[in-house]
Amino acid sequence: MAAEIAVERRIDSSKRRLIVEAAIVLAIALFFILVVPLLLSDFRLNLMGRFLALAIVALGIDLIWGFTGLLSLGHGIFFTLGGYAIAMYIKLQIPESASSRLPEFMSLYGVTELPWFWKPFYSFPFTALAVVLIPGILAGLLGYVIFRNRIRGVYFSILTQAATIIFFNFFNGQQKLFNGTNGLTDFQTIFGAKVNSPGTQYTFYILTIIVLVFAYALCRWLTSGRFGRLLVAIRDDESRVRFTGYDPTGFKVLVFAISGALAGLSGAFFTLQTGIISPNSMNIAFSIEMVIWVAVGGRASLVGAILGALVVNFAKSLLSEKFPDIWLFFQGGLFLLVVMFLPDGIIGWLRTRGKDLFRAATGRKRIMTYPSLEEDPEVEYERKNLGD
Amino acid sequence: MFTGILDGIFNGLSVGSVLLLAALGLAIVFGLMGVINMAHGELMMLGAYTTFVVQNGFKQLGAPWTQFYIFFAVIAAFLVAALVGLALERGVIRYLYGRPLETLLATWGVSLILQQFVRSVNWVLVIGLILFCLLFFGGLWIVKRRPDFERIRNWAIAILLPLSAAISFAVGSVLSKTYKLAVTKPWFGAQNVDVTAPKWLLGGLPIGNYQLPYTRMFIMVLTVLCVLGIYFFLNKTPWGLRIRSVTQNRNMSACLGIPTQKVDALTFALGSGLAGIAGCAVSLLGSVGPNTGQNYIVNTFMVVVVGGVGKLVGTIVGAMAIGITDYIVGTGILAQLFAPIPPLANFFTFFATTSMAKVMVFFLIVVFLQFRPAGLFPQKGRTVDA
Repeated sequence: MAAEIAVERRIDSSKRRLIVEAAIVLAIALFFILVVPLLLSDFRLNLMGRFLALAIVALGIDLIWGFTGLLSLGHGIFFTLGGYAIAMYIKLQIPESASSRLPEFMSLYGVTELPWFWKPFYSFPFTALAVVLIPGILAGLLGYVIFRNRIRGVYFSILTQAATIIFFNFFNGQQKLFNGTNGLTDFQTIFGAKVNSPGTQYTFYILTIIVLVFAYALCRWLTSGRFGRLLVAIRDDESRVRFTGYDPTGFKVLVFAISGALAGLSGAFFTLQTGIISPNSMNIAFSIEMVIWVAVGGRASLVGAILGALVVNFAKSLLSEKFPDIWLFFQGGLFLLVVMFLPDGIIGWLRTRGKDLFRAATGRKRIMTYPSLEEDPEVEYERKNLGD
Repeated sequence: MFTGILDGIFNGLSVGSVLLLAALGLAIVFGLMGVINMAHGELMMLGAYTTFVVQNGFKQLGAPWTQFYIFFAVIAAFLVAALVGLALERGVIRYLYGRPLETLLATWGVSLILQQFVRSVNWVLVIGLILFCLLFFGGLWIVKRRPDFERIRNWAIAILLPLSAAISFAVGSVLSKTYKLAVTKPWFGAQNVDVTAPKWLLGGLPIGNYQLPYTRMFIMVLTVLCVLGIYFFLNKTPWGLRIRSVTQNRNMSACLGIPTQKVDALTFALGSGLAGIAGCAVSLLGSVGPNTGQNYIVNTFMVVVVGGVGKLVGTIVGAMAIGITDYIVGTGILAQLFAPIPPLANFFTFFATTSMAKVMVFFLIVVFLQFRPAGLFPQKGRTVDA
């Protein structure tokens, strides 16, 4: 009887907690949409939009690194592919008055006919799907050929890193197809609106926030249930997962693909707000930077991933404005600092040491006992109703 | 036709020998500690810069010496890189033992710092750094002798760290105010520096209408010497035996009284020193800059992946296979060979640039890993996580 009530209460309280969380997320999103634009200059708001877009890929990295323990150094590929997909769509919005029916860079290289794979990008629905599906499917394929042989750990990392170099070389070399090193830029119109006008940019900003909220919800849903438990189990002891009868390969491929799709989405929104996508975002450094955002915020914490992406990027833009020479020192120091002294990031620190410090400062010292007993509703229920 | 193939094989071998030199250290370290050192490329870069410094130093000495600086440069590059590697192992990596992914990130941080270091190193920076180390570690050494060190440790660090940083920063800014450009001018700057090979390495050995450059042959000889040296060291000396035993089974070696920490430090220093020699070799092939290391790092990783970590021979075969494939595909020799069959010829022409050859090589490696996931010569064992 008591146990049943406890279980009911537990479900009840978890439901309530979920509603509270949703309300908080909504409130923060509304704050960012309505209040933040009033506080920041147009330039900073644009930066904020970009960094919020980067937070989406940070969520993806957190999903595979924080929860599943796969360190991908290749998310730059998926990010850039998403960016290229949306950029190709915009490049095909050629005004009627233009002399050529091709994106302008193509005529420079003497291309007379649109390459076949550009053609589907006339359609927006296809582009919208491509932003998510192309990176997702590519990540799935890459993941499948690597994971099916039980290649993991640092091998996986350096293979994804090599893949990054490969894609970088490929996009860099194809002037005729993708404008090579210069990338796709000089965007004109989307749906008839000028891409660079403040109004359009504000719309992109709002869209970025909405997509980020959905991405957060997706990751929250994935990591909270059985699937999430399985991911953590794969991270902590993959062999044991295998011995208990699961095949981790499928799960790893799936989660890598989802993470790649998130990266593609992120790249698309980032491109819309920077106005350029070039193979440069496929260099090794950028992909590793993504990992450090998550590490700073806190691995295996979705809020941490978003927070880390925002904090590190704002620090980067401020510091590299002030001291352009020594930003690399800072960045390198950040890697060392986080890995050696803050392995769980800001959020992890807040959850452990920070909590204790706060308690000590406010004078409410916590008596250490078995915390699980303390918080178990069943035990609490018994203590209250049955006495000692 | 014949000279074309000969040219392909020779150049492939020479590209491969640079790769091998660079990958040798990485493979030994990876085999022993399971650590991928992302700063390996930067250690190469340090070796290359050391060569540059030694060359300039020998220019001061006058005529006969300038011809032989390269031998001293090889040794100096080995020593500099080995010392930096030792500091890296003692200062960072040993705290991250058993967490390879974190080590990867930390060494990446180190590589960023080293890149920026060679860009902006000047007298002020060096003096400031030395002063900081003296103050901080000296102060720590003094405090350490107090009996209640453990209790006040955190406080001591919290006071000493900002204090010595502030003092060295102040001294640095005073120095740069008084001496101006003489101390603030970067030693190397952000642009590339050039190492000129000694006269006797210029030119080449003519074979038919083709020349084998002496610098390339020098690098191949250097590689062979390094491989022989490492082979001898690993197989014929007591420390080599210890390194091999720790590679095979760390816990059991520790139980038998092998100082695994010392073995780690020694191996890491050795691997880093080899990177320094590789850097010295690379400096003969072209100008070197702060980003030189980045160009080699991914290929050397691929050598380790293909070769497996069990044996030296894996690294050798892996490096040569990648080097030769890369060169033969990249220069379009295959396209010429398959000229009678147009589709194949077109296919290989598409890949016949340096960057597209890398694409091809990567796909071949991924295909190869489908059959041999643990590389050519995997370490044999019965552990689950091997």
